[in-house]
Amino acid sequence: MATHTQNPAPRHTEEQGRPARRQKPVDAVPLWLKAVGVLVAIYLILPTLVVIPMSFSAGATFQFPPQEWSLRWYESFFTDERWLRALSNSLKVAVSVMVVATLVGTAAALGLSKSRGRWAEAVRSFLMLPLVAPGIVIAVVVYIAYLNWQMVGSFWGYLLIHTAMALPFVLVSVTASLSGFDANLLRAASSLGANPLRAFWRVQLPLILPGVLSGAVFAFVTSLDEVVVALFIRSPLFETLPVRMFNSVTIEIDPTVAAASSILVVLATLFILTPQLFRLVRRKK
Amino acid sequence: MSTATHTPQASSIQTEGTHISLHGVTKDYGLERPAVADVDLEIEGGEFVSFLGPSGSGKTTTLNMIAGLETVTRGTVSLDGVDVSHLPAYKRNLGMLFQNYALFPHMTVAQNVAYPLRERKVGRAEIKERVAAVLELVQLTGREAALPRQLSGGQQQRVALARSIVFNPRALLLDEPLGALDKNLRAALQLELRRIHREVGSTFVFVTHDQEEAMTLSDRIVLFREGGVEQVGTPEDLYQRPNTLFAARFLGDSNTFRVVPGADGVSYGDVSWAAVPDTVAPGVAGSQAAYVVVRPEHMELAQDGPVPTGAPSTRVRIQDVEFVGSFLRVVARSTDRDELITAKLSPGSATPEVGTEVDLWWRPESQRIVVP
Amino acid sequence: MSVAVLAPLAMSLWRSLTDPSLGLTHYTDLFTDGITLTIVSRTLMTSLIVTVGTVVLGYPYAYLMTRVSTTTRILMLTAVLVPFWTSMTARNFAWLILVQRDGPVDKMFSAVGIDGVVLHGTVAGVAVAMIQVMLPFMVLPLYSHMAGIDRKLLLAAQALGSTPIRAFRKIFLPLSVGGVVSGSILVFALSFGFYVTPAILGSPQQSLVAQLLGQRTLQLLDFAAAGALGIVVLLFTLALVTVANRMGGSVSALGASVAKGK
Repeated sequence: MATHTQNPAPRHTEEQGRPARRQKPVDAVPLWLKAVGVLVAIYLILPTLVVIPMSFSAGATFQFPPQEWSLRWYESFFTDERWLRALSNSLKVAVSVMVVATLVGTAAALGLSKSRGRWAEAVRSFLMLPLVAPGIVIAVVVYIAYLNWQMVGSFWGYLLIHTAMALPFVLVSVTASLSGFDANLLRAASSLGANPLRAFWRVQLPLILPGVLSGAVFAFVTSLDEVVVALFIRSPLFETLPVRMFNSVTIEIDPTVAAASSILVVLATLFILTPQLFRLVRRKK
Repeated sequence: MSTATHTPQASSIQTEGTHISLHGVTKDYGLERPAVADVDLEIEGGEFVSFLGPSGSGKTTTLNMIAGLETVTRGTVSLDGVDVSHLPAYKRNLGMLFQNYALFPHMTVAQNVAYPLRERKVGRAEIKERVAAVLELVQLTGREAALPRQLSGGQQQRVALARSIVFNPRALLLDEPLGALDKNLRAALQLELRRIHREVGSTFVFVTHDQEEAMTLSDRIVLFREGGVEQVGTPEDLYQRPNTLFAARFLGDSNTFRVVPGADGVSYGDVSWAAVPDTVAPGVAGSQAAYVVVRPEHMELAQDGPVPTGAPSTRVRIQDVEFVGSFLRVVARSTDRDELITAKLSPGSATPEVGTEVDLWWRPESQRIVVP
Repeated sequence: MSVAVLAPLAMSLWRSLTDPSLGLTHYTDLFTDGITLTIVSRTLMTSLIVTVGTVVLGYPYAYLMTRVSTTTRILMLTAVLVPFWTSMTARNFAWLILVQRDGPVDKMFSAVGIDGVVLHGTVAGVAVAMIQVMLPFMVLPLYSHMAGIDRKLLLAAQALGSTPIRAFRKIFLPLSVGGVVSGSILVFALSFGFYVTPAILGSPQQSLVAQLLGQRTLQLLDFAAAGALGIVVLLFTLALVTVANRMGGSVSALGASVAKGK
């Protein structure tokens, strides 16, 4: 999606176009507005970070701040059979969802980009439905259906519904990158002797790859983080990490959840920060 | 057909042009009228032919049907006598050049040019050799590693040209390839296209809406109008002997006078003359109306004496006189019909006064009588 | 693939209309059982508070993003995206730690002499956490909408004699209203059916629609009634999202801005 990040460029030149000697610009940003910005940023970031000190507590409750410190909850997370199984279930489901949703979503985006009209529009809204439907409604109706189909607590049950929920993200992401793709390139490839399959593989796919990859990341994270449907279709034999965490918070009061949360928070932060820092460094150059 | 690409003299970019023929080719999208209707055309091997016409006249659609990028609704497209109407583009072995270059942005210049060779499973060493040869031909040696976006528009189009001829296609189809370039670059690339056409010897089919470009480049011009072929001929043919008012007006400036064809000729207002048979386009005899076409450079000013006997003329009032260096442009209005008339007079002739009434005349053999 | 959602939906719809006998009983019950309407209006109220909260905090934030240097903008965007990509369960757990009895918030209020501020188990606690959870969904579309407004218009207004504040009120505010409305509808719709926050921070005594749905399904096993309520919630949400989409393509704007942020 790197192509979309160039938007600020015109604004930048506009700033450069102003007189170099800026005393007080005509439309300065008021100080109170900057203060609000800082406070909102703190409100967005800080509360979540509370899980990190919590995770080093020695106590067996959620008492905060902790009286004593220890690494016992990390030890628990990495040794307790139930947590490890939940983690491995989550990863298995999320990776499978990523693969299936990316393949199906990319194919659907390609197909829909070629066909216009009411029929294609219907298929599109149909595929987007899981994005706009509330998670709890999906959870309830899917749970009831899975009871009938004996799919509660099964890997395939998770794979099916999570793929349906991840598909819209792949669709949106690939469609966006397709809209920047010049269809003439496929005609050119054809005139140069490439059959449609080869033209797709060597010309179209490399060019829409950023969209496909970001769709895949969306699909992976959607499945990994999904808790509502997962809560309903879980069984004692098969549950995912968010389910384990949710039950540790609400039912079992198991501070291992703090260690699990801390790990997830750090991973998510690194995941977002790495490309952003990369962008900043590149700009500085 | 693919044998042409595996010729032993690989380093040479020489090829024999293919003969292209269209029979009753029609493209119908189900709109009011077909985009292309019943086009019959023979293009000789090695010829440089332009498809000329206004936008929407069907020239690009016809080109795409030759390329195989558009299916034919009816009719046949044959290459060297082989019907390829239902062969997909990638099996036709024709080069194509697009207006927006259509270079693959993720590949370097060398990779772009090598693309058609790799699709044809040409060996690595041979690819290298042929890419180098063709880049030299288009004068881009040294830019192999550049990405398309690092090149200027003209350079990009030359890469596209190299890519479309590197596999020795027996015909090159060019879809307004110079349309996006500025005037000077266009002129330079026109020359280059002529040179490359001579050197590679394949058939060139060139789509353009620019009549000057078509006249400079082509051996023959195919003039398109509303999905059909209006007239085919050499640039000189079309300019000197247009068959229709549309052709006369599309190529070059012209003065046109509406006339009524009679049994023994045509008449124009109170002036009448006997037609010179050579100057009458086919179809005029049976037509309800016709036009006399006179190019501005064939107009003469009767200033010092009367109009020579037998020469057609028209009385005009001079509106404007411009000195354009190599000639005098006179804009006048005919007194009886209120039509605007342009004449290009040689610089030696006396400058007429604006506002005066004079006679403009022309030699009967320089006029052309066409159908509407 | 979406048959995975559509087939269960159809089954629940069918069941809600036919079990135990053909009719709209389960739907009319929603209005007459006394409890559903109370919970629905409580949920509407909560969603409204959350929506207003996200506008109040999100509008200045998004506006600021259009005014700062590129580096600051990337940092501000990161502050929105990090929570967006952080585990939903972890974030709500963090709020539980903060607002529980004897938690940091409770202690802070005690320190200034106000005892017993326990937000855990109250609608207020749910709202405070949910505003934070929903804020990215307001800021991202709002920012992409505001970034499309030509700032030269404001300078032009000032050149014509408006004060900066008046220029903002007369030019920028009206132009940004579309973004606010579609962002609000999106947040309202998301909040209305939101499950995780009320389930962790709310209480059964003050439950919201999503909890009611979960309870009817998992505890009461009243699948027909749960299906009826689910269908109604779905239709309500779809209607809101459709309106938001008509008003400016909020869903696609969100998708685009999230993708852009990556």
